[in-house]
Amino acid sequence: MNQILPILVLWLLAGGFLAWLAGRWSKPLARWISLGALILHLGALAWLGVQVAGQQTSWVLDFTWPWIPQLGFGIHLALDGLSYLLLLLVDLLGIVAVACSWKGIQERVGFFHFNLLWILAALTGVFLALDLILFYFFWEAMLVPLYFLIGIWGHKNRRYAALKFFIFTQAGGLLMLLAILGLYFVHEQATGTYTFDYLQLLGTRMSPAVGMWLMLGFFAAFAVKLAAVPVHTWLPDAHTEAPTAGSVIMAGLLLKAGAYGMLRFLVPLFPEAALRFAPVAMVMGGVGIVYGAILTFSQTDLKRLVAYTSISHMGFVLLGIFTWNLLALQGAVMVMLAHGVTTGALFVLVGYLQERMHTRDLQRMGGLWSVAPAMGGVALFLAAASLGLPGLANFVGECLVLLGAYVHHGPIVIVAAVGFILAAVYALWMIQRTFAGPNRHGWRFPDLTGREAAIMALLVAAIVGLGLYPQPALNTAQRALETMQQYAVSAQEMASPVQPSDGGAP
Amino acid sequence: MTPADLTALLPLIILAATPVVVLLVIAFRRSHLLTLILTLLGLLLAFVPLFTARSGGPQNVMPLLVIDGYALFYVGLLVTVAFAAAVLAYPYLKRHTDRREEFYVLLLLATLGAAVLAASNHFASFFLGLEILSVALYVLVAYRREDERSIEGGFKYLVLAATSAAFLLLGMALVYAQQGTMAFDRLVLQPTPNLLLLVGLGLILVGIGFKLALVPFHMWAPDVYEGAPAPAATLIATVSKGSVVAVFLRLFVPADIGSSPTLFWALSAVAIASMFGGNLLALAQNNVKRILAYSSIAHLGYVLVGFLAGGAQAVAASTFYVVTYLAATLAAFGVVGALSNSRRDADAIEDYHGLYWRRPWLAAVLTVALFSLAGIPLTAGFLGKLYVLLASVGAGLWPLAVSLVASSVIGLYYYLRVIVAMFAQPEAEQGVSPTHPLPSVVEGGTLGVLAVLLVGLGVYPTPIIRLIEAMVANLI
Repeated sequence: MNQILPILVLWLLAGGFLAWLAGRWSKPLARWISLGALILHLGALAWLGVQVAGQQTSWVLDFTWPWIPQLGFGIHLALDGLSYLLLLLVDLLGIVAVACSWKGIQERVGFFHFNLLWILAALTGVFLALDLILFYFFWEAMLVPLYFLIGIWGHKNRRYAALKFFIFTQAGGLLMLLAILGLYFVHEQATGTYTFDYLQLLGTRMSPAVGMWLMLGFFAAFAVKLAAVPVHTWLPDAHTEAPTAGSVIMAGLLLKAGAYGMLRFLVPLFPEAALRFAPVAMVMGGVGIVYGAILTFSQTDLKRLVAYTSISHMGFVLLGIFTWNLLALQGAVMVMLAHGVTTGALFVLVGYLQERMHTRDLQRMGGLWSVAPAMGGVALFLAAASLGLPGLANFVGECLVLLGAYVHHGPIVIVAAVGFILAAVYALWMIQRTFAGPNRHGWRFPDLTGREAAIMALLVAAIVGLGLYPQPALNTAQRALETMQQYAVSAQEMASPVQPSDGGAP
Repeated sequence: MTPADLTALLPLIILAATPVVVLLVIAFRRSHLLTLILTLLGLLLAFVPLFTARSGGPQNVMPLLVIDGYALFYVGLLVTVAFAAAVLAYPYLKRHTDRREEFYVLLLLATLGAAVLAASNHFASFFLGLEILSVALYVLVAYRREDERSIEGGFKYLVLAATSAAFLLLGMALVYAQQGTMAFDRLVLQPTPNLLLLVGLGLILVGIGFKLALVPFHMWAPDVYEGAPAPAATLIATVSKGSVVAVFLRLFVPADIGSSPTLFWALSAVAIASMFGGNLLALAQNNVKRILAYSSIAHLGYVLVGFLAGGAQAVAASTFYVVTYLAATLAAFGVVGALSNSRRDADAIEDYHGLYWRRPWLAAVLTVALFSLAGIPLTAGFLGKLYVLLASVGAGLWPLAVSLVASSVIGLYYYLRVIVAMFAQPEAEQGVSPTHPLPSVVEGGTLGVLAVLLVGLGVYPTPIIRLIEAMVANLI
């Protein structure tokens, strides 16, 4: 049973290879192979979910294997509720990414799907790895295929965007690598054992200064991935220039990897430093919420507009994580899931429009509702979800974050709540400029096709499901989140027994 | 000399005999293919006794040479590299020139010199090995006599290598004057600085710095790389640098560089300058061979960082890094050579524009090689860098570790530039580029093996690390 964890990664790697080879002979075959690989992957996950449902331990599956024992690297994969939810998101958005590229990608189809599946495989690894070097390995391994995805199939300014994305994330990643190595030696000095294993590294004693530096190394990598202000500048370029599938994966999954890293590694490994740093991070989150929303207004490119909304939403995640009580953490996880699905869907929609209109310029749009009413309806629904309409997924998450944070951090919550209002304005304004009003430019194009409608139906169902009945998702994540809180609290008590722990804040 | 000495020396003897045999055969019958086969046969034969000699333990052959696990590892490594370089040179020479056979004689001589360096335990053998290596390389750099740049490169290399040899000799003399011995293992650094010894070692380091093209002794590298025909540049970047690293580690690791703050800080400064200098200077280049030259300056800086960490971990880290660097450099130069035509080498970045769409396999190999040089996961270069970082952080050398990280982020830019060019869509009207001959089976096969090796080492390096750790035990 535990052996299924490496298979989850290898399966997608093998699928990618197969799709590449198949793509040399037949384009449809490559598409079907990658779709089939992902559907089977999702099936395996669902089966896994049924098997482990009701287990009381936090880690439901655990796989270890010595990799390079001389250097202390091991292969340690483990599954808990949080990783499970994110893996489901990986498969869902992976299927959407394949499906929405069905017609749009006609060049080098095999290589495209190779890159796509390898990104998903690396993300699967990121969400499962518990050995820090292995985690870093997967963390970096997703960059190269994503770089190709943007650089080869992207839009006009793709090379600049791909390069910027790569250098930003690589720089952040290398700082994390230094911090990982630092932690390794700090742990050795404290205990005498060399290990990169997360579970053993938890609760390592270190001086406050060292802890702060190491924490900052991790924070650099995760904040860049999360696109926290002020290291967000790669995001609008990369998201705008990427092909639709790339944007879906980046917005839906890549940003979540940053949040996941903070949840899983940053706070539990450095609880004390994270506590001292929390005000800064929360201010970054608050600023991100408002700043992202304000920047969204000034965009004339529809895709860029959607990209900037991500910055705003990720602010909530940052706020939720550094609040570090169960309510806010649950909220952060919900925002991650909800934003993944909603923004993924918005990017797919923008992709549809671009395929038909060959422009993303808002000034050339307007009145599209009369042309494509079904598309307009979906767009309005997604805009409503994005602005946090009660009953839809984003509302649950953002509301929980604000509730959780309100107890201790009133002022920031008030600022963040302003973000809610701004979100309503920019989302509706976006609809105003695209679908509403008169059709001044005389657009004529076909409405959603069956395939396109099916993709949208899948995503809309997920948004409504998570919004109306979020309890299963919350339950799945709860034990994992509680365990992480325990790690952090116990480590903190070990490090400084005198410090009172106030209501679970880090 | 006892029979045991002779058996121990067998790899070197075979390496010395092969060029003689090849030379004689050339005198009677000029056949490119036959020469290649004899060369490869000689290299293979030299490789075989490495396994038998391994069981014997360290064997001192006269005061000059020592055949231990360390020497055997490096000899094996360099012979393998020479083997691959010879295979890659064959199709290149076939396309290029009518004087083909002598190339292999020179290649074998260079390999012999490199092997002597790897086994040397004495200043005399150090100098002898270096000169055998250098003389062969002077000629190799200027091998395309009709090409001005090749001649220029050859002269530049000759003058600078001779100068550096002079520094080296003076340094050796000073150390000898102080120590009264030329054997490496008697060299002990004292915490209280002894000026004569310090200056002597400093001059030796200058000589080594020239050979490794470390900043500030790097000026020759880009011109020589650019001028030399691709297979000769390959040898300079791989066999020459690999063997000099071998002798450098052998000389300075047991001496414990950390006990002399002056040398330690000087070398740290050289390492940092090389990492930043190499990577920054490469940014402005439009010539792939020059880019590779500057990149190799930076890479030797990384090796130096590993070395400075000190101790067994340091030698293992540096050696593993050298292995990954050699494999990646061989592959990169191999692709440059495979793309070159009879008129010129494919060294302009434009030659690589859209390569992926015309020669997908060559582009894939070059991509893997460049990713490995850039240190991206799944390739050997990543684990090499990780190993070096591990050693340097473990020794508490944070400034060096941070410089390594920062400079490799800068380095990403120019590697990606080449990769981006390869994956760019070629313009429709542009026909087949003049410098894209079809790669031969031999080239394709060797490059394929190298690419697989780079990925293999990047995913599962455990066997080679085990080997390296066993051989390090010999040195310390």
